[in-house]
Amino acid sequence: MAKKLIDYNKYLRLDKFPLIWCPGCGDGIVLKAILRAIDQLGLDQDKVCMVSGIGCSSRTPGYVDFNTLHTTHGRALAFATGVKMARPELHVIVVTGDGDACAIGGNHFIHAARRNIDITVLLYNNWIYGMTGGQASPATPAGDRASTAPFGAIEPNFDIARLAAAAGASFVARETVAKPALMDKLIVKAITRKGFSLVELMTPCPTTYGRRNRMANPVDMVEDLKQRSVSVAKAERLGDELPDNAIVTGVFVDDESRPEYTERYARLVESLGGAPSTTSPVGAK
Amino acid sequence: MSSSLKRPPLLIKGNEAIIKGAILAGCKTFFGYPITPASEIAEAAARDFPAAGGTFIQAESETASINMVYGAASAGVRTMTASSGPGISLMQEGVSYLAGSELPAVIVSIVRGGPGLGNIGPEQSDYNQIVRIGGHGNYRNPVLAPATGQEMCDLTIRAFEIADRYRTPVYLMADGFTGQMMEPVSFPDPVPPLPEKEWAVRADAESRENLISSIFLEHDQLEEHNRKLQRKYKEIAANEVMVDDFLVEDATILVVGYGIMSRVLRSAVRAAREDGLKVGLVRPISLWPFPSDHLEALAEKIDRIITFELSNGQMVEDVRLSVHDSVPVHFYGRMGGNVPSAEECLEVIRRYAAEGGK
Ligand SMILES: Cc1ncc(C[n+]2csc(CCOP(=O)(O)OP(=O)(O)O)c2C)c(N)n1
Ligand code: SF4
Repeated sequence: MAKKLIDYNKYLRLDKFPLIWCPGCGDGIVLKAILRAIDQLGLDQDKVCMVSGIGCSSRTPGYVDFNTLHTTHGRALAFATGVKMARPELHVIVVTGDGDACAIGGNHFIHAARRNIDITVLLYNNWIYGMTGGQASPATPAGDRASTAPFGAIEPNFDIARLAAAAGASFVARETVAKPALMDKLIVKAITRKGFSLVELMTPCPTTYGRRNRMANPVDMVEDLKQRSVSVAKAERLGDELPDNAIVTGVFVDDESRPEYTERYARLVESLGGAPSTTSPVGAK
Repeated sequence: MSSSLKRPPLLIKGNEAIIKGAILAGCKTFFGYPITPASEIAEAAARDFPAAGGTFIQAESETASINMVYGAASAGVRTMTASSGPGISLMQEGVSYLAGSELPAVIVSIVRGGPGLGNIGPEQSDYNQIVRIGGHGNYRNPVLAPATGQEMCDLTIRAFEIADRYRTPVYLMADGFTGQMMEPVSFPDPVPPLPEKEWAVRADAESRENLISSIFLEHDQLEEHNRKLQRKYKEIAANEVMVDDFLVEDATILVVGYGIMSRVLRSAVRAAREDGLKVGLVRPISLWPFPSDHLEALAEKIDRIITFELSNGQMVEDVRLSVHDSVPVHFYGRMGGNVPSAEECLEVIRRYAAEGGK
């Protein structure tokens, strides 16, 4: 069956173009994957709310034609929680970076996952603070260089997908921009799954990460992501044999049984005889 | 012998001069989080602190940075952080705790455009938050405002001295321009080894009983603590005013501005003098304590004051409080990252000069 072609322009605010992203940045590949996933699900644009913090990745909501919030560095999930509780009928999607979500926003990240609130987090992981010029992030692989790690990072880095899994997320996956079709599939699943879902999307930042780490060519960077990818199943088989620099991709958690927060809250209101109102989580089904 | 005679000046960014100054001042720890236009300070610290035997940590947020600073200050070493607008806002809880616990620390703020995310252009819009304090409680904090690369270094060293002498957090407040501009800077000799702080957590038997805290549950105790703080602030106000005058002796119009604004005003004052207008410049270097007495004395001899700021008019309130109603105090401000040119300032001066004497 021929694949339906998507009209990207339908979802874009073309008056906001050109994008601020550098030539060779992977963020545009992620953006297109998100739009394809939303298109495939046939979501009403008015029922999608995209929330971001601050960073190159977090500029995404500026370019898309949904309900959009561009908020404070690190706090997108707190804003998104407010939106979701006020209007539970919305598909709330948070776009964020590795620094935004896991450094300054690390606390909000684990608590939103613990609460298992129905928010989809699409985290662009480029291992660096792109927007501010290449400082280390909690995802910068140990030993790699950044402007604040001129002798190589001596801190170990987070495994972001496993962090979300441990904190209680009901769907957790990882993919790289080298495999756009797989990105689409995982984003569709993440949006569909009730509860807190995370897709960690590995994307190159040639400008501030590649240049400092002997990989300024974006094509090489994408190729590198592809070469290092190892599926979750294969990683399990390999066990200790898994190379240190492997990027484990695929689904880490897909657990429908974990109770979702807005539904739990609605049940609490119901049990107390609370009257559903249009602005309460119960009223707006 | 002045050190500048021994070593040739270095052409460096103001932000880097801060770190060179901090290391010469014996600062041992830097905790920071990246933000434009202050990131070069953290980057210079990451590069230079380890070789100087100090510590640089990129914290997970500004909240973490300021509390790491609190920890290092409690341990009795010279310590600092640096940030800009949103990051400085996040630090305010910590600054209040530093003040309450009487801990010395230096906080650098390279002010950007606000409110909210604003932009990364130079503004002076954080005057209220920083000079009039942004945290809770009855405290004040000294604020030094450098205008040149040389002062970025020198006032950093001075900030550490004031912080230790009075056991207080001290701000160095500049703007993106002064931070990014490359200028020749001469470096003084490093400070001699610093004495131990008897109140600090020093990892020895004598200091084991020291408790670093800002909690005073009894009303009278807390009032007494606050009175002690106020006595200290009075002493700082009496001793630590810094101000720079330019052509004020015969002036009938005073312009007041600090930081980068004062450098534009210098050119405007010179141009106004060529026009035959008797204009002088007062540049507060310490914003708290503010040079109030100095301005009050000058006000007796002049017709009017024009305050220029890269803000909606924040320092101008301190100028008005200083001179009461003795002379008219006008305000001219630009925002959003715009810095007025000398010609623009001269126009403003001409306009008010046309209004004549008192
Ligand atoms: C409170 C606060 N601190 C710091 C900043 C500066 N800042 C903006 S974006 C950013 C890092 C973004 O990194 P990441 O989330 O990894 O996104 P990327 O730009 O790499 O996509 C920082 C430190 C800010 N805006 N607010
Ligand atoms: S700095 Fe890096 S992440 Fe930001 S737009 Fe450029 S390539 Fe992309």
